[in-house]
Amino acid sequence: MSGKKPVAAPVTATPKSSYNGPVVVDPVTRIEGHLRIEVEVENGVVADVRSSSQLFRGLEIILKGRDPRDAQHFTQRSCGVCTYTHALASTRCVDNAVGVKIPKNATLIRNLVLAAQFMHDHIVHFYHLHALDWVNVANVLNADPKKAASLSNSLNENRKEKAADFAAVKDTVKALIESGQLGPFTNAYFLREGGHDAYYLPAEADLMATKHYLDALKLQVKAARLMAVFGAKNPHTQFTVVGGVTCYDAMTEKRLKEFTELYEETSAFVRNYYIPDLLAVASFYKDWAGIGKTSNFLSCGEFPEDEYDLNSRFLPQGVILNNDLSQVHDFDPTKIEEHVKYSWYEYGSPKHPYQGETKPKYTKLGDKEHYSWSKAPRLDGKSTEVGPLAQVLVSYARGNKAVVDAVDYVLKYLNVGPEALFSTLGRTAARGIETLVIANQT
Amino acid sequence: MKFSVSHGGDKVEERLAKAGVSRRDFMKMCGTVAAVMGMGTAFAPKVAEALTSKRRPSVVWLHNAECTGCSESILRGMNPPFAELILGVISLDYHETVMAAAGEMAEKALHDATHSEHGYVCVVEGAIPTAEDGIYGKVAGRTMLDYNTEYVNKAAAVIAYGTCATFGGVQAAAPNPTKAVGVREITDKPVINISGCPPNPYNLLGTVVHFLQNGIPELDGEGRPVMFFGDSVHDKCPRQKYYDEDLFAESFGDEGARKGYCLLRLGCKGPYTYNNCPTVKFNQTNWPVEAGHPCIGCSEPGFWDYMSPFYEEG
Repeated sequence: MSGKKPVAAPVTATPKSSYNGPVVVDPVTRIEGHLRIEVEVENGVVADVRSSSQLFRGLEIILKGRDPRDAQHFTQRSCGVCTYTHALASTRCVDNAVGVKIPKNATLIRNLVLAAQFMHDHIVHFYHLHALDWVNVANVLNADPKKAASLSNSLNENRKEKAADFAAVKDTVKALIESGQLGPFTNAYFLREGGHDAYYLPAEADLMATKHYLDALKLQVKAARLMAVFGAKNPHTQFTVVGGVTCYDAMTEKRLKEFTELYEETSAFVRNYYIPDLLAVASFYKDWAGIGKTSNFLSCGEFPEDEYDLNSRFLPQGVILNNDLSQVHDFDPTKIEEHVKYSWYEYGSPKHPYQGETKPKYTKLGDKEHYSWSKAPRLDGKSTEVGPLAQVLVSYARGNKAVVDAVDYVLKYLNVGPEALFSTLGRTAARGIETLVIANQT
Repeated sequence: MKFSVSHGGDKVEERLAKAGVSRRDFMKMCGTVAAVMGMGTAFAPKVAEALTSKRRPSVVWLHNAECTGCSESILRGMNPPFAELILGVISLDYHETVMAAAGEMAEKALHDATHSEHGYVCVVEGAIPTAEDGIYGKVAGRTMLDYNTEYVNKAAAVIAYGTCATFGGVQAAAPNPTKAVGVREITDKPVINISGCPPNPYNLLGTVVHFLQNGIPELDGEGRPVMFFGDSVHDKCPRQKYYDEDLFAESFGDEGARKGYCLLRLGCKGPYTYNNCPTVKFNQTNWPVEAGHPCIGCSEPGFWDYMSPFYEEG
């Protein structure tokens, strides 16, 4: 967590429009799943929005009546990106139901594979899913490779990047564009005649981020291998069983050495590239600290010492209400209910997942009363954000030292207060903060 | 900014070099692919030749009822990373998980790629929900059933990648609430099935190379290339010696499990499962049985029903 701060850029004003009418984005790309967003815009401002999940698979129905030990394999197929988290959650449920004792080493190995999953997932999210919203790849053609190299090296003292490597990336982009076969960049917004005013980075920062997009593609192969060393494979690990793990060879010198080396390489990338790049890009997009605010946050915490004790988790559980960081409430799982009022299911009153029902009943596309295959989970009746931002806020508010240090570093670097965390920028920063804290636990 | 559109472009090796892939790395990868195809590394130059045509073949990748794990699996290749190969060798013109465009601009990319005079290869990920005319899965307002039928039938070649696209996968498990099916159920076109949950990326690349050189490879009764799916997992399993000696793990906590004995009695489906996991492995390092977990049969049709309960023998 070191490096010099670039010259502070003035906060760019978010582009405004005077548009009136609907906007539909379908498919939403660079996510897992099939999502449609319907927005009503009044004078350039969002007046109403419907988030519409477009796929129903019926896993809840399929799981009924099966051997509970098998459930982890089914639930893991919810998502091949965050893959292991679903297998682990399911396995823990069955552990808990039968009350089996879990060996200490099994908990450690489960935690280590989870740490690897966090690092892999957030690196891929930042560089390969999210970055194209911030980085103008076409602008790379306007960049000076020498300046890009010195910009990059100024961000972290462990970087020794060469201008020639930046020139090679610039040539790659040039060749791709000149070939007329743009592949994944076909119809990108930044290819518009005259560029796009929602992209703010200077050309050298665009070149730096594009180079690291490619570097991170190579690195993520190793981060995924890190999971497979104990977990058999990624996607879809296959090493957890009720009561523990199956990988006895995890205790061999060969596997431990392999895991340690890959962990060190991945965590070094997090410290030397991911975090400095995140901060450099964020410093140009500070207007996004005022966009995307939510109020309530829930985290279950992670990395238990004792899998039966929620309060033994390294990152703590908790609930924050109305953006009040001075008070953290304990998470009460009995207060979760799933609502289906606006979903494509037969209407039923809100229910705790234990009593959950899944009775599909489609209406039509464009129906404003019923518009999604997703159910709407609520905590004590309130819509509540989960995920990295919730985890970081709860840990910060509870005074977890590693998280407090990382958050304070980021806030100071960006010269903003904690209120900036309640935003799209804060959400992106939180993924990095969470990753950094995990990367630094060795 | 305006960009010229030309169909030529420089040589593939130069493109790869510019993408930071040395000829040595490229040939090493070609050797790996040749070996996976069962041709021996001497076949590597042929693989290289197949992968170095002038215009990059257009690939349209369709996502259906799936988890995106198949897409993730292709990013795990090495020597060189497949992703760089994808920038240098093919033109991935539609792929919802990686493409920059969204919404109408993404729809346009799909339309243009599937109406190009040069044609395209269609890779399908995920099953197609067919119940009630396909209402359970839509993209851009069209059912998956509708647009898969159109784009699969128009493609120069069709590859079903992963157990969902080949056989329906997890959502097709009983009672299959959405009547999800594999690609072969919605078209009369020849479809190459590369199953697995996830499938092995080398099996995809090897198939593409074979297709470019010699057309569709020899397929088994399930539409899978025999060169990858010809042997059972049990046939090539390094624990087979314990099976032959009658040495079995009887529980995950016993001495047999500790010593790496055969997992048959803990439910291993290796004898009934055809794939090359034991030899090709995943992530260049491991595979389930090596990690002490029984094979669950993930490359077989209907395995979610026919192979479960997974932890029971037989």
